[in-house]
Amino acid sequence: MELKLRPEEIRNDLVKKVEELAGVNVFACYQCGKCSSGCPSVPYMEILPNQVLRLLQFGKVERILQTNTHWVCASCFVCSTRCPKDIDIAAVMEALRQIELRKNQDYLIVRRIDTEEMKEFPPIALVSAFRKLTA
Amino acid sequence: MKIAYYPGCTLKSTAKNFEISAIAVAKELGIEFVELSRWNCCGTVYSMTSDDVIHQLAPIRNLIRVKEDGFEKVVILCSMCFNTLKRANLLVQRDREKLGKINDFMYLENIDYAGDVEVLHFLEILRDEVGWDEIRKHVKNPLNGLVFAPYYGCLLVRPPEVAIDNVEMPYVLDRLFESLGAKAIDYPYSTECCGAYNTVSNPDIVLDRTYTMVNLARQQGADAIILSCPLCDFNLETRQKKVMEKYPDFHPLPVLYFTQIMAVAFGLPEDTYGFEYNPINPEGIFKKAGERL
Amino acid sequence: MRIGVFVCHCGLNIAGVIDVKKVAEEAKKIPGVVFSESYIYMCSEPGQKLVENTIKKYKLDGVVVANCSPSLHERTFRNVAARAGLNPYRVEIANIREQVAWPHEDVPEEATKKAIKVVEATVRRVKKNMALIPAKIPVNKKALVIGGGIAGIQAALDIADGGYEVYLVEKTPTIGGKMILLSETFPTLDCPQCIETPKMTDVSQNPRIHLMTYSEIEDVSGYVGNFKVRVRHKASYVDWSKCLGCGDCVKACPIKGIPSEVNRGLSDRKAIYIPFEQAVPLVPVIDAERCTKLLYEKKVAEGRIKKPSKPVKVCEKCQDACEPKAINFEDVDRIEEIEVGAIIVATGFELMPIENLPEYGGGKIPDVIDGLQFERLLCASGPTSGTPRRPSDGKIPETVAFVHCAGSRDPAHGVAYCSRICCMYLAKQAYIYRHFVHNGKAFLFYIDIRSNGKGYEEFVQRAKEEEGIVFIRGKVSKIFQRGDKVVLWGADTLTGERIELEVDLVVLGTAMVPSYGVKELASKLRIPTDIYGWLQEAHLKLRPLETVTAGVFIAGAAQFPKDITDTVSQASGAAGKVLALFSKPELTREPTIAQADIEVCAGCGFCRDVCAYDAITIDPKRKVSVVNEAVCEGCGACSAACPSGAMTLKNLAKTQVFDMVEVATEDYE
Repeated sequence: MELKLRPEEIRNDLVKKVEELAGVNVFACYQCGKCSSGCPSVPYMEILPNQVLRLLQFGKVERILQTNTHWVCASCFVCSTRCPKDIDIAAVMEALRQIELRKNQDYLIVRRIDTEEMKEFPPIALVSAFRKLTA
Repeated sequence: MKIAYYPGCTLKSTAKNFEISAIAVAKELGIEFVELSRWNCCGTVYSMTSDDVIHQLAPIRNLIRVKEDGFEKVVILCSMCFNTLKRANLLVQRDREKLGKINDFMYLENIDYAGDVEVLHFLEILRDEVGWDEIRKHVKNPLNGLVFAPYYGCLLVRPPEVAIDNVEMPYVLDRLFESLGAKAIDYPYSTECCGAYNTVSNPDIVLDRTYTMVNLARQQGADAIILSCPLCDFNLETRQKKVMEKYPDFHPLPVLYFTQIMAVAFGLPEDTYGFEYNPINPEGIFKKAGERL
Repeated sequence: MRIGVFVCHCGLNIAGVIDVKKVAEEAKKIPGVVFSESYIYMCSEPGQKLVENTIKKYKLDGVVVANCSPSLHERTFRNVAARAGLNPYRVEIANIREQVAWPHEDVPEEATKKAIKVVEATVRRVKKNMALIPAKIPVNKKALVIGGGIAGIQAALDIADGGYEVYLVEKTPTIGGKMILLSETFPTLDCPQCIETPKMTDVSQNPRIHLMTYSEIEDVSGYVGNFKVRVRHKASYVDWSKCLGCGDCVKACPIKGIPSEVNRGLSDRKAIYIPFEQAVPLVPVIDAERCTKLLYEKKVAEGRIKKPSKPVKVCEKCQDACEPKAINFEDVDRIEEIEVGAIIVATGFELMPIENLPEYGGGKIPDVIDGLQFERLLCASGPTSGTPRRPSDGKIPETVAFVHCAGSRDPAHGVAYCSRICCMYLAKQAYIYRHFVHNGKAFLFYIDIRSNGKGYEEFVQRAKEEEGIVFIRGKVSKIFQRGDKVVLWGADTLTGERIELEVDLVVLGTAMVPSYGVKELASKLRIPTDIYGWLQEAHLKLRPLETVTAGVFIAGAAQFPKDITDTVSQASGAAGKVLALFSKPELTREPTIAQADIEVCAGCGFCRDVCAYDAITIDPKRKVSVVNEAVCEGCGACSAACPSGAMTLKNLAKTQVFDMVEVATEDYE
C-alpha cells in the first residue's frame, strides 16, 4: 500500500472545493481521532473519518471518493460537535457527497428498492435518504 | 395560549400517534396548536454546503407562513423538522446576503422573511413556559413504577447551536418522566445516532444499532424507550421486527413518543394515545405499572 | 552643540534599501552636527570603538546612532557614551531599520529620503535632551514568597541561603503543594515525600524563613524595594504554640464525612484535621463551616438562634481531649503587615474538574477519576494505603485505561495548550499500577507522546516494553457506565479501527489550570495574567521569571504547566533575581520618566487617573502632581492627558516632539 505523495496535489483545486463547500481548513486537523472514536457508522466505513481528513491533507481526493465512508455517514454531527479544533467534519462528508452527486451520479439507486419495502418507509426516511444520497 | 404548529409530513402519515397525543396533551395544558396554513415539507435535512441556497427555500417558506398566520413562535414535534427549520433560521439570521437571495427568489410570497421567528421544540415549551410543577398538577394517572430510557437522538442536541439542552448530558426528558411519576435510566445511548437514512441505503447498520441500543436499555431495566423523532421511531421500533429476524435472541421493547406517555399520565381518553400506530403494542407496560404499585 | 551622527549599514538590512552614505552626508549639513559617518555594523566592537573614540576626539556633547530599534541597542550605545565620559542620556537612537528600511524596502529612494528626515528629527531632539542621572531608591532586603509548593519552598530556601529574610505565605494549613501528594515522580520513580520533606523541614527550621501557613495576601501596596503587604492569618482555632501535633483532637471529633482535600475527595476528614502526617507545621485546623460549636456560635452571633440564658455546652470534644489546652474557639482572623523589597509568586496549579468533560461522564461515574486522584490511590499514605482500588466497590481493578488530553489541546471545549506533564505521569502511573497488579492490563489512549526531558523518552519506552502497556493512538470520544464496568469508545488511528474497550477503572489526564483565586491575587499585585489565567511573564524567551511590574517575580506552574525539574529551576532562578536585586546597596531606575512642572500644575489629577502603574499622587497640601520615580515606567500617558502641559516626559518633552514633527512634515506645507 503505497501513497505517492505529490507536492502539486497538496491543496489542489478539488481539496479547495471541499474546503469551500464545507467551510473548513483541512490543515487544522491534527489527527487526534476523536471523530472516528465517536462515529456510529465507523464499523461499516472503509476508511475512518480522520483518515478522510488525512487524505485531504495529502491531496488524495480521488482515493476518498472510491470509498464508501461519506455515503455511510449518518450526518449525526457527533464528530463536528466533539472535534477539538471545531472542524465541521459532517460538512466535509456532505461536501464529498455533493461533489459526486453534482455530477448527476446517484449513490442510492431508487428503482432498486423493493416496492414492498418502499411502502413501509415513512416519508421522513425516504426524503432524507433521497436528499442525501441521490442527485 | 395559541401557538403556531408545524407538523411535517410524517406526523400526518405513519407518525399520527405523535400528533394525536401531542395535540391532546397541549390542549390539556391550555395550549392550542394552530396548524400552519399551506405548510410544506421542510426537506427533512439541513443542507450543509456553503453554496447551497435553493434547499433553504423550503424551511424558510414555512417560517414566512408563521408570520403570515400572525405568530412569532412556532412549535415543532419532529426532531428532524425542528433541526432543519432552526438551522435554516440561524443561517439566514447570520447571513443576510443569503436571506436577501431567498426573499428575492420567492418574490411571489406576500412578505419577505426577516429572520424574526423563534423555532421551538415542544419539550422546550414544556420545560420553559409550562414548567414541571404545572405538568405534575395535570397528572391523574401517575406512572409510578415505570422506568423509561430517554432517547434524544442526534438532532435535538447537535449541532450545539440548535441544542435544546446540554449537548452531552441532556436532562429534559428525565425531568419530564419525573413529573409524570416515572423514573429514567442513565442511558449511555441517549444521544447516539439511530442510523438515520441508512435505513434505506444500508439497513444493516440500523439493525445492528437497534440491536445494541435496545438491548442495553432493557438490561438497564427500562420498560420502554421514549423519543421525539419519527425516523428514530422507525429505526428503533418498526425495524425491531427485522432485528428479530437477524438476531434470534432479540426480544422486542416498546418505543413511545414522549407525548404518548404524557397522554396516559394525564388520564386523557384512550383515543388520544395513538397506540394503534405503534408497531409494538405498549399497552402491556402500563398494565404492568398498575400491578407494580 | 557638537553632535555626532553614526549611521549603521546593518549589513544589507539597512544598506540594502537605504543609501546610508548619502544619509551620513546629508546629516553633516544639519546645524550642530560636527561628525557624520556610516559603518557596516555599528553595534560590533569596532563600531562601538568608533563611537567611543569619536566622542573623545571630537569632544561630542550629543550622539545620534541611526540603526535598529532602540529596544535592541539603546543600552549598548548609552554604555559606550558613559565609557567615553558623555552623559548616556545625550544619546538617542534613530530607528532606520524597523521603521524605514524594512517597511519600505520596495521604494528605496523614498526610504532614503525618510531616513534622512528621521536622522534630522532625532538630532533636533538630542539637542534638547537633558543630561539625566538615574534615580536611586532604597531596597528593603526582605522577600515574600507566595505559595508553599515545591517552587515556593525552593525559592525561600535559596533566598535564605543567600543571607536574607523571607516570608513564605501559604493558603492551606501546610506547605508541600501538589508534589507531596504524588506516589512517585517520573522518570526516576523517587518517593516525593522522601525528597520533599527534608526541604519542608529545612523551611520550618531555617531562622531566616518566616513560615505563614493558613494565610492569604490581603492587599499589596508600594513598589519595588518597598512593598507593604498585609497578610491575613486565618483563624485556625488552635494555638499552634501550645499544640504538640498528637492528633487526639482529631480522634475525638465526631463530625466525619467531609471530603478530604488532600485525598482529592476519595476519602473523608473530620471537622478538625491535620492534612497529613508529614505536614509542616504539624498542627490541626478547625473547619469553621463544619464544626458544630463554631456554627452554633455563628448563628447566635447573627441572631438566628436565641442566645441561651445559661451557657449551653455545645460539642467541645476536641478541647476536652487536648492535654496542652491548645484549642481556642475564640480565635479570629489576624492581619499582619510586613514590608518587603521583592515578591515571588509561586501559586502552582489545579486540575480541570471532570465536570467540564460531560462526554467522559461529567464527574458522575465513580470509577472515572483524574490523575491526582489515581496518584493518591497509588500513594502509600493515601486513602487505600497504596493499593489501587476502584472508588465504587473497593475492588482492585484488573484493567485500567488512561486517557490523555482530557481537556488539553482542545480549543473548542477546553484549553488550547498542552499540559506537558500528563504523557509522562500517565505512563508512570500505568507502570506503577502494573508493578502492583501483576496480571492487570493497562491501556493508554494518546494522540502524541510528549517525553522531552532528560531520561523521559527512555522511561516511556521502558514502561511500554517492560510492562506490556498497550498504547492506542486515538482520542477517546465517550466514556459511560455499563453494569459495573466502564466503557470507552476510542479509535486506533494507526490501524484505522474504532475501538470499544470495557475496563474496571479510567484515569483521565485532565488539563492543568491555574490555582483558584490567582486572578484576584494578580490584580492585588498589579501583574497581568494571560487569557487562561496563567501569570504573564515579561518576555517569554528572555525574561520568563519577571513580570512587567518591577520587583514581582514568578516561578513554577503558576506561570504555565511544567514538571518538577523545571519548577525547581525556575524557583532558584527567581530567587537569583531577588538576590541580584538585594545585592545592590540601592536600586537605580531609568530617569526618562514623567515630571510635573509644579509652577504650572493645578493638581487636577487627570495624570493620576490615567496612570496604569499608580505612580502618581496629588500632594494634598501643595495640590500638585508628584511622580514616584521608583514606579514610573515613562509611558507618557500622563503627559498626553495633562490639560495644562505641566506634565512632561523627560527627554521627550512636547517641544522636542514638535521639533521632530516639524522635520517630518517639512515637505507638506
